[in-house]
Formats: sequence, structure tokens, C-alpha cells
Amino acid sequence: MSQKVLLNAKAINIILHRLACQLIERHHDFSNTVLIGLQPRGVFLASRLAKILTEDYKIKDIKLGQLDITFYRDDFRRSDKPLEANATKINFLVEEKNVVFVDDVLYTGRSIRSALTAIQSFGRPKEIELLTLIDRRFSRHLPIQPDYRGRQVDVINNEKVKVNWTEQDGEDAVYLIEK
Amino acid sequence: MSELSVNHLLGIKYLNKQDIQLIFETADHFKEVINRPIKKVPSLRDITIANLFFENSTRTKLSFELAEKRLSADVLNFSSAQSSVKKGETLIDTVNNILSMKVDMVVMRHPNPGAGVFLSKHVNASIINAGDGAHEHPTQALLDSYSIREKLGGVKGKKVVIVGDILHSRVALSNIFALQLQGAEVMVCGPKTLLPKYIDKLGVKVETDLRKALNWCDVANMLRVQNERMDISYFPSTREYTQQFGVTKDLLNSLDKEITIMHPGPINRGVEITSDVADSDQAIILDQVQNGVAVRMAVIYLLASKIKQ
Repeated sequence: MSQKVLLNAKAINIILHRLACQLIERHHDFSNTVLIGLQPRGVFLASRLAKILTEDYKIKDIKLGQLDITFYRDDFRRSDKPLEANATKINFLVEEKNVVFVDDVLYTGRSIRSALTAIQSFGRPKEIELLTLIDRRFSRHLPIQPDYRGRQVDVINNEKVKVNWTEQDGEDAVYLIEK
Repeated sequence: MSELSVNHLLGIKYLNKQDIQLIFETADHFKEVINRPIKKVPSLRDITIANLFFENSTRTKLSFELAEKRLSADVLNFSSAQSSVKKGETLIDTVNNILSMKVDMVVMRHPNPGAGVFLSKHVNASIINAGDGAHEHPTQALLDSYSIREKLGGVKGKKVVIVGDILHSRVALSNIFALQLQGAEVMVCGPKTLLPKYIDKLGVKVETDLRKALNWCDVANMLRVQNERMDISYFPSTREYTQQFGVTKDLLNSLDKEITIMHPGPINRGVEITSDVADSDQAIILDQVQNGVAVRMAVIYLLASKIKQ
């Protein structure tokens, strides 16, 4: 198994600031916008963005939620591994809100499809956008594309993109791992 | 995440500690789901579940049915009162006929102990025991422990007394197994005639004085007097039973500490507990009912994930 660094901490930091600015461009003061981090690994990215928006760009009262899609997945009883559920924390209604889904890697698009179903349990959003740090090009199974992307990469199917976060893994880095 | 070690839920005695832990962690997620504006998830949309009730039930049947529907499963309901069982059909025939309509899972309540175990050996479906005679009622014990965990922060090291008709109670047996597996201390308390001989061999304390039992415990689980199962008189009169084993507000107030009161329902108000106890803040009876749906969703979800396509 070999691995190669796609992005280091410095590059990730620059990208996070760019993504934050792009969000501000579209959502201004975030008065009607909510960020939803997708469990398990999108929540780190979502809370980083929320932190940058609050501290560096002085945007107040960012609404941040965590959405778990386990019970909405389309591979229940089809995958060999049992599906592991995570906590959902959305203590607001998304009715008529602009929702931004935040996830680390966009691959087949199936998680996003599940998230689109799952979010309906919390109301009918005005619109939903997608932000991902890594967009794996040419690997989509569904017609889903990101509105904001950190870095687009071409990865073949037996390779894996792993995003590490300081909070969980002790460092900020993105690796390309060959299986 | 691990899987359950079993393919059926026939009784607590077939489970291990990790299974219970996994069920509770999964139930936490479902409890959050059933408190959402839209309380339904699509996980089990390709699963069909038959609820076979060969004995009367309100709470358990509704709770299972709601849990199944919240998981988007298709549900068949069957109660023996209006069925061919009355015409002499055997249990295996009844169930196989239902399974030939492509049913994946069976939830069964039956008056005979061991009916679930028997069925699991003869038919090809996941079986959940919803009460078999005086044997086990595993989902009730799981929701009881789950409610204790929620109220007191954990089960380990807690002292739980089960009061009342232990002899005829499947809830008592399942609770004893479940509580001991999680490291709680268990006592049973009731009239001598309603305590099974050799119950102490299960490692439980035995007490016939209710006041002593309540002073010892953190939680009292009050069982219903099951008049329908009593073929002979086990105590002189209901009034005498109430005087010795009924919990009143005065009795609770006279204890050194505040204990939690549970009841699996249906309550005989004024027999095993008085109305003011049942409706007090110390009672978590309605929490038990709500947790019942979440715990049953967890059990059904975890068993269904083991049914391979």
C-alpha cells in the first residue's frame, strides 16, 4: 500500500479560506443559510468553515448542523460490513432555508443522494447546495455535482482519497492511497 | 460497528453484553429520529414483517407495529382470535403459510414458553419473541434497562428490585438476565407463593418485606398481578396484596432516598401502585413506552441487517 500527499496543511488552509469567501459571495450574512456537515467526516470540514467564517470574516450566528445518513443509504443489506450510525444534531428547522451540505470527498454521489432524502425529515429547504473539499472526477454514479469544490482530482477506482483532520487524526492532510 | 451475535431475538439469555450495548447505541439514534418533525426512515423499505399475536396485547403490539412503520417496513398483522388457528392449524403450518407470502421477519407472542425457539428451528425467517408464556419478554427487558440507563446514567452497579408476581412473569425473568448481564444487582420481592422456588439460584436477592426492598433499591419495577394466569389463589385477597405489596405515595415519602418507579403496564391502579405514584415524577412509566418504540426499532434494524439478499 503506497500513499502520496495530495494536499498539505498549508494548501488545505488556503482552500478553506477560498471556500469560505465563495460562500460569503453567495450567502452574504448567512441570515437564511445553514451549514450541514455530513457524518462522519464532513462534520470536521463544516465546523472548520464555520470557525473561519466567524473568526476571520466576522459573520455572526452561523447555524451549523450534523446529519447522519445511515438509515437513508441505498446499500442496507447489500454491503458486507454493517452500517455504522452516527449522531444527527440539527436543532433547527430547515424550512425555507438555504442549506449547504458539507462533505470531505465527493465520489459516487450516493451519500449525497441519501442526504437529500434525509434532510426532508427536517423540513422543506428553499435550496440545497453542495460543498466538498475533494471532488473525484469521472467516478459519479448519479447526476450530482458540487457547487463549491476545494480541489478536483482524477483518481482511479482502486485508489482511495483520505482526508485527515487535526481534530481526529492529528494533522491536516489529504492522501491518495493505493490499495 | 459490530453485529448482533444472534439471528433471532428469542430471549435475553441468548445475548451477550456487547449485543445489549449495540442495541442501546442504535436505539439512541432512533430515539432522536422519532423526535423529529418527520419520524420515519426508509431503511427497511424492502422488508416485510408479520406480527403474530397468539395472545392479547395492546402496548407491545402497537409498539412493534409503530417501530416497523417508522422503519418503513411492510407490516402484516395477525391475531389468533380471528384466524384458522381456531380451526386446528398447527403453529408451523400457520407460520409457513404466512412465510410463503415472502415475509422476512416474524414478531410473535405466544402463550407457550419456548414457542419462539421452536419456530426458529423450523422456519426460515428472523424471529423476535414478543413474549412466550412465563418464559421471556426480551424487548420489554431491553426497554426497561434502556430507561434505567437514560434516567440514572447507567445500569452497572444499580440496585433494582422487581416487585410482585414473579412466578408468572416473563418480564421478571428477562429483566433478571438483562440486568445481571449489565452488572446491576437484582432483588425480587413478593408474596412467598408468587416467588418461584430456587429463584435465588439465579443470583438474585429474595425479600418478602416491601419496605426493606424499597430502602435497598435505586429502582423498583412493579409488576402487574396477572389474574388471568392464576389457576389457584396465591394470596387471600387483592386488598391484602395491596396492603403488603402495593406502593403508595406515603410509603415512598417515608424512604431515606428518592427511588425510580417503573411498570411494564398495563397498570392495575390502586393494586400494585396507587394513582398518585403512577402519575408522579418518580415514575418513568410513559418514558418506558416511548423508549419501547426506539429499542424495538433498534432490534428490528439490527436483525434485518443480518438478512442477506
